[in-house]
Amino acid sequence: MLRRTSLFIPGNNPAMLLSANILGADSVIFDLEDAVALNQKDSARMLVKKAITTFDFSGIEVLVRINPVSSPFWKDDLREIIEAEPDGLVIPKATKEDVIAIEALIEELEEKYNVSKKVSFLLIAESAYGVEMIAETLGCSKRITGVLLGAEDLTADMEVVRRVDGEEIDYARKRVVMACKAFRVQAMDTPYTDVDNFDGLLADTEKAKALGYTAKAVINPRQIDYVHQVFAPTHDEIDYALAILQEKERAFTEGIGVFSYQGKMVDQPIILRAEKIVAMARKLGLIT
Amino acid sequence: MKIEKPAQAGTLESNDIYVQLLPAEGEGIEIRLKSVVIKQFGNQIRKVAAQTLSEMGVTECLCLLDDKGALDYTIAARVESAVKRSLC
Amino acid sequence: MKNSLNREVPFNPYQGIRTLEPRTFEVTKNVISGNKYRESLAELIKELNIKDGDALSFHHHLRNGDYVLNMVMEEVAKLGVKNLKVIASSLFAIHKPLVELFESGIVTEVYAAYMTGPVAKAISEGQLKGMCMLHSHGYRATMIQTGEVTVDFAFIASPACSMSGNVSGSEGPSNCGVLGYAIADAQYAKKVIAVTDYIVEPKDVEIKAEWVDYVVKVDKIGDPKGIVSGTTQITRDPVGLKIAKMTLELMKGSGLLKDGFSFQTGAGGISLAVAKDVFEYCKKEQVKGSFASGGTTSYLVNMLEAGIFEFIYDVQCFELDAVASISRNKNHKKMSAAQYADIYNPDNIVNRLDFVILGATEMDTDFNVNVTTGTDGVIMGGSGGHSDTAAGAKMAIIVSKLVSSRISVLTDKVTTITTTGETVDALVTDRGIAIHPRHQALIDHLKATTKLPIVDIHDLYQMALKLTGIPERVEHEQRVVALSQYRDGTLLDCVYQIKPE
Repeated sequence: MLRRTSLFIPGNNPAMLLSANILGADSVIFDLEDAVALNQKDSARMLVKKAITTFDFSGIEVLVRINPVSSPFWKDDLREIIEAEPDGLVIPKATKEDVIAIEALIEELEEKYNVSKKVSFLLIAESAYGVEMIAETLGCSKRITGVLLGAEDLTADMEVVRRVDGEEIDYARKRVVMACKAFRVQAMDTPYTDVDNFDGLLADTEKAKALGYTAKAVINPRQIDYVHQVFAPTHDEIDYALAILQEKERAFTEGIGVFSYQGKMVDQPIILRAEKIVAMARKLGLIT
Repeated sequence: MKIEKPAQAGTLESNDIYVQLLPAEGEGIEIRLKSVVIKQFGNQIRKVAAQTLSEMGVTECLCLLDDKGALDYTIAARVESAVKRSLC
Repeated sequence: MKNSLNREVPFNPYQGIRTLEPRTFEVTKNVISGNKYRESLAELIKELNIKDGDALSFHHHLRNGDYVLNMVMEEVAKLGVKNLKVIASSLFAIHKPLVELFESGIVTEVYAAYMTGPVAKAISEGQLKGMCMLHSHGYRATMIQTGEVTVDFAFIASPACSMSGNVSGSEGPSNCGVLGYAIADAQYAKKVIAVTDYIVEPKDVEIKAEWVDYVVKVDKIGDPKGIVSGTTQITRDPVGLKIAKMTLELMKGSGLLKDGFSFQTGAGGISLAVAKDVFEYCKKEQVKGSFASGGTTSYLVNMLEAGIFEFIYDVQCFELDAVASISRNKNHKKMSAAQYADIYNPDNIVNRLDFVILGATEMDTDFNVNVTTGTDGVIMGGSGGHSDTAAGAKMAIIVSKLVSSRISVLTDKVTTITTTGETVDALVTDRGIAIHPRHQALIDHLKATTKLPIVDIHDLYQMALKLTGIPERVEHEQRVVALSQYRDGTLLDCVYQIKPE
């Protein structure tokens, strides 16, 4: 499933749950953690569970951010939510120990409820320890499909000020994306919190894309289209990719193994990238 | 089972329902409903609340509902939450 | 008797869209200059010799800041007359004192194109002893011009007025921009009284002295701050913004959004968001429209000033920015209700519209629209320009959330028909777009070339029901309290008295 944007939806808010499936995000994250007051955690998980089974989420990835393992809520979150069969869980402040504990309980629950698919994990790297240990954490479960960088909590943990130019999270951004590429999971960039600044959002997203991120979390629906714009292949990229694939076909029929295009040698990684771009362009309806 | 300990769940925000569970004043389950859509959905709201209470084994309570256009799943979730809070 | 929409009406049933022979109307009123000026409204009203059953008319250009209707009726009530007809182009919360006059039988009939607040509620509750006629803005001019309705006394709140009775809406401390709904009254009423707080020889005369019988000065005719009433703010709700974006795509797909296009929107939050999206699109693609009309807001004024449109044709100012623009911009033109939407005038503005963006409280699967009553049956509006613009525009697009606080905009049968499905072209909601089947070619084109969620209106209705559950019918009393009247004078529907809480 295509995941360029993940929209956070406060789990205890029926008005927002109502519009979760029509705002245009590729993926929605029903939040049981930061968006829910401590004395409403119990209500929120019941509401989210029922919302997942009430609305039609076809074509949209359904994720639930549970409370961290360090809290008293995570087990009850899982016991309630797994039955509703979300596509995945978003694990805050994730460490290797947390992921292992969560997976153990989930295995039990998935068997108990006889679910039709296993939930995936989207980890949030939002502490110095979490970022530093990311490679180890990624190696501990096959369910992990991606990492979301959480800059707000991370900078608080590092005791540094969050800056517009992102200088203070530069290393963290690069470390996380490298680990994701190494383990072939998705790197999702941290949300842009200045919700009225769309130029800033575009610039921040472009920066993340250049580093290798293929998605960005969003905290306001108005940010969705801008992020999609950045992660869509450009016309030039699509034209180039189509040309590469055409050349590849031609080379194949002529029995040529390696060929060049526009003066550059085209080898396997370039062909694979071209195929990905064309596939995404098709999916987005940019080409037929 | 009778509701002994008062409990609440939900909010007064639009699309939500505020549920208050209290010990019964009379016998059985009594539901008092205030709703912005009482003419169109009053009976349905009561039905969902009563069904949820009954599914959870509640036989006696006073259930006060202040509804701002909640859909059935929200009503069920909030009533269920109030019952669980009352029992713990 | 049933009309062609299968609604029960007491007389003059609607029979479908008719093409009427154009008619021009001659204004013969010519008041000989004399001593028109009066200093006391109370004394003037005694002088007028108002009798039982007379019809008094008022315009609503000062909207919820109007003082004139209340001031006049307070004095009229002292005369001891009864069974009066009030022909107010619209009624707002400020007109609450009328309710007492219903109770005492002093006023027994009301004509209006729009009403809200305690007056609307009182009529819904059955407190008006006679009938309430709810007609369109265009028909108000038509009915006065044809003589179907006779106005005995027209009280015209006049922001600027000369001693001889030349009146303008766009000057003075109570500047309200334009007096579009007062023109027909001034031309055809038996007696015309200009009520003003500012004596001056006006620059831009809308109502000529030769139509005016009396000029009376009062301290204040109204509060211009009351003009900004109701929603004239773009919605901030992301769902509303999404609906607006989808509407722009629909407009683009229709092929009509190109140089020379014309446009009108209602003043609802989503409609205004559409205006903003259209503005940005036209700026980016350098599309230059011909005119925008309305009901004007600051958004239209911005578009005029940015050169998106050549002209604004204005029958009513919804905001003070629009009021200011009329005075300073010669391309912001005033128009009368007749020029705007009189059905006998084939060159009226609504017939020249490409797009109109409108709201709805309810819509059914025949595309009939209700903006007269809420789903609870209480009067909360009225056609205003809704049925006029829908009939005239090439594309009448209704914009609305599909479900809001458990109430679906789609229903099997609207409570009151304000605008018939024969004039409505599309419904854009957050969960799908339904286009009238008469536009099959457009439907096919949009499905082939866009990613818009085009669905059959019946499927959209089922989607709504799946979310909300099936609502119970709201019961009403048998008594008819108001009649929904179409632009040609025929009756679309009845409004029934509501049951008590």
